[in-house]
Amino acid sequence: MTLSFDSITVGDELPLLTKTPGREQLVKYAAGSGDFNPLHYDADFAQAKAIGDNIVHGRMKYASLGQVVSDWAGHAAVVSSISCQYRGMDLQGKTFTVGGTVTSKDESARTVEIDVWTKDASGAVTTPGKATLRFR
Amino acid sequence: MAFELTDEMRAVIGVEGKPWPVEFTSTGIRGFARGVGYTDPVYYDVAAAQAAGYANLPAPPTYSGIPVFIPGQNDDRYGAPLATDQPHLRHGLKNVLDGGTEHHYVRIPVAGETLFSTGKVANLEVKESRALGTMLVITSESTFRDAAGEVVFTTRGQGIFY
Repeated sequence: MTLSFDSITVGDELPLLTKTPGREQLVKYAAGSGDFNPLHYDADFAQAKAIGDNIVHGRMKYASLGQVVSDWAGHAAVVSSISCQYRGMDLQGKTFTVGGTVTSKDESARTVEIDVWTKDASGAVTTPGKATLRFR
Repeated sequence: MAFELTDEMRAVIGVEGKPWPVEFTSTGIRGFARGVGYTDPVYYDVAAAQAAGYANLPAPPTYSGIPVFIPGQNDDRYGAPLATDQPHLRHGLKNVLDGGTEHHYVRIPVAGETLFSTGKVANLEVKESRALGTMLVITSESTFRDAAGEVVFTTRGQGIFY
């Protein structure tokens, strides 16, 4: 079902995404993004050993903020801007969730603003961000 | 540690490098969508993309394409173009954290397009942090233009050096 602009209310929550990317998924992300930092897939890499495990690419979490918005809006809208801050690490093989809340709606511009985030298993926000959607 | 911005550092602000071609291909978009974990067919199936109103597979949000890679002219690990003559910022700080990223779209790129990115240092700021001490926050900006020279999207990123 296609999301309609008229049906959106400030405070609406986007359906959550849950992800548990292991090394195989992070290798796929490395190939897709072009970021081959071994910190994300090589268990013997010194920095991964120091941290205790490989960590999820921050940019993969950023892309997941885009995904939670895209999955919600379908293609009734396009993302006109998206941003995030990298606040905390997520380890490979651990679950994180991705969500968002509509914070404002501009009837004349047909845009909505959304606060988006990833949270680790303890509920700590590791990647807060914002997105603006422009409806067609 | 004592760290101060010098005139030499400030001189790089706003100086753009040469444009570098960045490809958006159907294979590249599928690979990125797969890496992120999308199941939406619009990012995989051209017929689904066209039914959704795109000329070809659209770039998923945050996907910036793949810079054309030529050995010796790109960073071997990250693929970023090095041979753009963008002035190098010499600050001597050894550690780095990725602070944040943003994308601002005029329109969504689709598979089959080659855009041209130009990069620059947009801002330099010295901050104090309880955890890291004195930090240099470098804001980098890239502008992606199409073959006609029209801006398609811009990105900004904050690198935190300490």
